[in-house]
Amino acid sequence: MSGSALLRARGVTRWYGRGSALVRAVDEVDLDVPAGQTLAIMGPSGCGKSTLLHLLGGLQRPTDGEIWLADHRIDVMSERALARLRRDHVGFVFQSFHLMDELTAVENVELAALLAGQPPRRARRRALDLLDRVELADRATHLPSAMSGGQRQRVAIARALSNEPRVVLADEPTGNLDSAATLEVLRLFEELRLAGQTLVVVTHDARIAAVADRVISMRDGSFADDSRFAGIADGAGTVYGGWR
Amino acid sequence: MQDVVLAMLAKEPAYGYELRSRMRGALGPLGEAMNAGQIYVTLTRLAKAGLVTSERAEGLPDRPDRRVYALTSAGQQRVAAWLAEVSWPKPDLSEFHLKLVAAAAARLADPVALVDAQRREVLRRLRDAQRAALERSTDPVVGLLLEGVVLRLRADLEWLEACERMWTDRDPTGRMAKA
Repeated sequence: MSGSALLRARGVTRWYGRGSALVRAVDEVDLDVPAGQTLAIMGPSGCGKSTLLHLLGGLQRPTDGEIWLADHRIDVMSERALARLRRDHVGFVFQSFHLMDELTAVENVELAALLAGQPPRRARRRALDLLDRVELADRATHLPSAMSGGQRQRVAIARALSNEPRVVLADEPTGNLDSAATLEVLRLFEELRLAGQTLVVVTHDARIAAVADRVISMRDGSFADDSRFAGIADGAGTVYGGWR
Repeated sequence: MQDVVLAMLAKEPAYGYELRSRMRGALGPLGEAMNAGQIYVTLTRLAKAGLVTSERAEGLPDRPDRRVYALTSAGQQRVAAWLAEVSWPKPDLSEFHLKLVAAAAARLADPVALVDAQRREVLRRLRDAQRAALERSTDPVVGLLLEGVVLRLRADLEWLEACERMWTDRDPTGRMAKA
């Protein structure tokens, strides 16, 4: 019943705490993300954007409201069904990478496919393809500790793509990266956007806007602004008032 | 503008069109908005001020883009002075600040709505600049300029966030709203 939207939220609310310490982290949010859209949700820390992302990905449950992901209503789903849905349809990317330190890059990437029951040989082949796609084929056997922050995040993105998810959800993916590594991650997101991958990124880093079709500003748990960008290549010459 | 044109001539004399393409090259995508006429007007002014000389090239039509321009010694001195200068151009925020104050005082518009509209515009520019920086074909030196543009626009966005917080907590006349 989700219509054309891949992700759909209606009246989604999430409270933390109780009594006088009650905090409304997400406050009656409505959202439709069509397949293929690259959406950035921006806002200061504490505005509720990470909580919203966790709700959309089924990592947390809303206090109130309804959430559909790929035609499944996930807010009322059993824990077990939800885990399967996440594994099959959602790729997560986190600020602190969340890689397994004792596994090599290729082992980190293939793990999700192995857990999904894929034959080891196929999982390995797919993992190597993905590492190639993020330009880390030559680092396949390196441990995360031997890689830079930008490389680790690219491994994490390859891992997120491992099960060909319907949607990739990224939480501050450039938060721990320097300028050059941020550029690498943005280029990768741009490739995903061009490939039609649905992508939702929550961030306070406005540079993400460079690869977004749509930017939502969030404040105090709800949406303050929703900008859509029509043309992606609108005159770079107009930046910063052109030249002077 | 005058100083920039002079400095671009410091290496060697150049045809008008060469000067223009040098500047365009150095600015990358930012140079696309550059108006050729501006350069020739500037060159004419610099010639009148005795800072450049120009010669008509033999066998070519006498047009500003076909003349060869060179620095005079006064022009060279001016370039040296410009290089030593530490002025730092900055976007003027006071005009936008006064717009918010005036709009609120006269109840002409909601300051928060003005901030939202401005933020969309700054975000669009930031997006354009960052997209240009993402192009693998972008020259690294031009990329450095784009990085500077992006950093400034990010600072502008942060300031607009602060404006938004301030004006959200106030009644339209600028006083603190009662809790």
